Amino acid sequence: MIAHLPVLQVILPLMAAPICLMLKRAQLAWLFSLIVSGLAFWVSILLLQQVMTSGVISYELGGWEAPWGIEYRIDKLNAFVLLTITAISTTVLFSAQTSIAKEIVTSKHRVFYTLYLLSLTGMLGIVVTGDAFNVFVFLEISSLSAYALIAMGNDRRALWASYQYLIMGTIGATFILIGIGLMYQMTGTLNMEDLSQRLPEVAQTRTVFTAFVFVIVGVCLKLALFPLHLWLPNAYAYAPSIVTAFFAATSTKVAIYLLIRFTFSVFGLSFSFSTIPLQTLFMALGLVGIFIASTSAIYQSNIKLLFAYSSIAQIGYMIVGFSISTVTGLTASLLHLFNHALMKSAIFLALAAVMFRLGSVQLNNFHGLGRQMPLTMAAIVVGGLSLIGVPLTVGFVSKWYLLTALLEQGWWPVAILILLGSILTVIYVWRLVEVAYFKEPSANKAPVKEAPISFLIPIWTLIIANIYFGIDTRLSVQGAQAAAESLFGVTL
Amino acid sequence: MNLSLELMLQLSILIPLLASLIIAATRHNPNLREGVTITTCLILIYLVVNLYQGLSWGATISVFWWELLPGLTISFDIEPLGMLFALVASFLWLVTTCYAIGYMRSHREKNQTRFYLFFAIAMSAVMAIAFSANLFTLFIFYEVLTLSTYPLVTHAGTEKAKKGGRVYLGILLSTSIMFFLLAIISTWFVAGSLDFKLGGIFSTDVDKMIAGTLLVLFIFGIGKAAIMPFHRWLPAAMVAPTPVSAFLHAVAVVKVGVFTILKVCIYIFGLDLLSVLPITQFLLYLAGASVLLASLVAMRQDNLKTRLAYSTVSQLGYITIGALLATSSGVIGSSMHVAMHAFGKITLFFCAGAILVTLHKSKISEMRGIGLKMPLTMIAFFIASLSIIGVPPAGGTWSKWFLMMATIETEQWLLMVILMLSSLLNIAYLLPISFHAFFPNLIPNKKQPNKSSNKAETSGNNQTEVQIKEAPLPSLIAIAITTLGCLILFIYPQPLFELATAILTKRG
Repeated sequence: MIAHLPVLQVILPLMAAPICLMLKRAQLAWLFSLIVSGLAFWVSILLLQQVMTSGVISYELGGWEAPWGIEYRIDKLNAFVLLTITAISTTVLFSAQTSIAKEIVTSKHRVFYTLYLLSLTGMLGIVVTGDAFNVFVFLEISSLSAYALIAMGNDRRALWASYQYLIMGTIGATFILIGIGLMYQMTGTLNMEDLSQRLPEVAQTRTVFTAFVFVIVGVCLKLALFPLHLWLPNAYAYAPSIVTAFFAATSTKVAIYLLIRFTFSVFGLSFSFSTIPLQTLFMALGLVGIFIASTSAIYQSNIKLLFAYSSIAQIGYMIVGFSISTVTGLTASLLHLFNHALMKSAIFLALAAVMFRLGSVQLNNFHGLGRQMPLTMAAIVVGGLSLIGVPLTVGFVSKWYLLTALLEQGWWPVAILILLGSILTVIYVWRLVEVAYFKEPSANKAPVKEAPISFLIPIWTLIIANIYFGIDTRLSVQGAQAAAESLFGVTL
Repeated sequence: MNLSLELMLQLSILIPLLASLIIAATRHNPNLREGVTITTCLILIYLVVNLYQGLSWGATISVFWWELLPGLTISFDIEPLGMLFALVASFLWLVTTCYAIGYMRSHREKNQTRFYLFFAIAMSAVMAIAFSANLFTLFIFYEVLTLSTYPLVTHAGTEKAKKGGRVYLGILLSTSIMFFLLAIISTWFVAGSLDFKLGGIFSTDVDKMIAGTLLVLFIFGIGKAAIMPFHRWLPAAMVAPTPVSAFLHAVAVVKVGVFTILKVCIYIFGLDLLSVLPITQFLLYLAGASVLLASLVAMRQDNLKTRLAYSTVSQLGYITIGALLATSSGVIGSSMHVAMHAFGKITLFFCAGAILVTLHKSKISEMRGIGLKMPLTMIAFFIASLSIIGVPPAGGTWSKWFLMMATIETEQWLLMVILMLSSLLNIAYLLPISFHAFFPNLIPNKKQPNKSSNKAETSGNNQTEVQIKEAPLPSLIAIAITTLGCLILFIYPQPLFELATAILTKRG
């Protein structure tokens, strides 16, 4: 059993997905997917433990030996990401039943859970696999189910958003495929480990450059790096609220993982950062992204849209950390990957609760909500504080590391820009706070009740995690640091 | 009770926090709720006094809580400066609570539970700041204090309160993020430590450019010290209920600001390094300008609370100057001024609140003749004014004396002139208030001749039948206590002076 954990991580939700469709009642499907996601979470914990104690796990799918067969390869980096994804997925699923009851017609509920599990399968697969082509396969699984999930939003704009995402996502996936194809042409292998050994021999060829560029651009489309972010705001804003909470915390994170995996493990540090000016490029794009997205967030009146732009800005922080290309920088980036997942899932889940009660998340619907839904609003405020990076929240920890990494390199102007970015965060978070706490609810509206318990439990679990990991940073910092060090150890 | 000093230190931070929960639980019973607050204040004072005794016996009291990030800990440690601050803050919290009960009830404020709750949280943060053993701990609770006082500033919930709160939070949070945090991380990077250590933590061969830049970042980043041009939040915070203005914006929050500056100057940079940095001179003049300009602005304010707020900005400048002068008398003067100004200014605010509650007046031009209606309040106002100005028989005399000494020792003649000028300005904007209150007819008000003649007439007519209508009793008691405090600190400043001198001798 233990030996098969890597494949269980993927097979479990994959097998469960069609079963969901066969279950007669939607409630049952929900319970079933919750259990499956919980099991996946448990598997990822076991995997992390195993990796931490005994190092890299290599699993040969179907018993075929590595360069020929597909290899699942778990090191500290993807064990860390797996844990993040499954934890968020399980917590978010907890309130799915209540939330989609209002947003999706009952007949589609079973399909919803099927797609949700498929999407989860895809993400876990991307992270687990050590095979470049397999990445593409899982990418398509997760993306296709994501398009369908987004299109389920009850706003008609969801269809358009889904279509936009479909086009952009397909271009991204195709680019990745082209890149992988070119790599295969040059080296004759698809195994990542194998690729990393063979690529240096042919590193100076134009084909490898082209392959690199295709892969990077494709991945950047998926992770919504400015200026390839255009699909994200609408997709997040009009998707069913649960889907937003799930994707905001996981899907871009998976793309970040891919970026790190390809640049550090496959192409290697010296190729990615010395031969190609990736550092300057990503640093600049990350910073511009932070400012443009944060400024756009300030002007949004749809709160889901506001936090969607904020997500793009937060991706900018991760990219800046990544572009420093030092152990501390990468640690900061990975930390923020984990921490941002906690913040955004909490915030979007709280917004799902607001959506459940009010049927809308426009700013002017938040009037007086601080009084009517005190626990939900308090959660959004704490999440917002975490986003700003106030001490004792996770946001502070990642910011501290990012700034340390920048100062290590003596890049204090960038550090100042990062700090300016957090002030923009204060502005857009506080716009919401002021409306929720200072405006009286309009008189002709029916009084709103606090969110049901099925929302409050996961929301506050995540919020407490936001504070807990802001104080007890051992797990997250050590995990991120170990992952970053192992990546540098591999390439140096 | 036989508690260890370490436990008492932790309790002094935790008990206000715990109290906030109990306050929330007793929200339906105002008497019980306020009883809880008062009890907490008393326990806190008991703890702090015990700690003070422990410290004066020479005990080292330090507590380690948690290692947040490798090398960065939340830990606490008591030294004389923090002790002084904790004593003043915990004592004045009791007085303020007493005052607030009278004020909030007779003003029929809404959401009183929220008020007491966040007050207790803020107090917990203040204690943590006072006892923090390193800059990192201090920064964490500095931010907690900013956020926990935001609901207090915006208590009224009106559009004006919202705007005030926006300025308050905007300036305090952005300066702390932009400059303070950057300075802390850079210090961590340059010095490899953030612990408060007498004589500073920088090595002797630190680059003067870097140290100078850091000092500037610190001075601007500690927005709570309200050095111009980052002082705007303080007048903006005056939309808060008077007890908040009195305690937080004359004692706790602003004193946390100057306390942090003192801490940074003494324990991070060290006086030796500070005195050789070329940038110090520039910062001294900046603080001097802040002292003078704020006094000038205060003169032009008609709203009593705003005038007092600008006066606070000016007085905070004194403390910063004392810290930057980097001599022992400067430090002694500064730290004594923390206490002296606290007592003086809180009394002034209490009086302003009493006038507002009883006579519903907030403009100075309307306050002619009120001394006849509220004699006790206005006498207290007069004495507190003397303390702020720094003349006997009030406590402010001593701190200003030491500050003057420090300017003479370091031959900063220009600063000496600035301090003297500012004292003159203090006289000009504080004394007329109580003067006109008692003698409304002596000097006609030039600004509003019609109104004043009307007023003079009415008050003249009422001369015989003026009714004495003082503030609610709890408020009056509070005023009496702080006024007495101003006087006692003049007659018996030894304990304060000993604490202040101990700052530079103990530890290290």
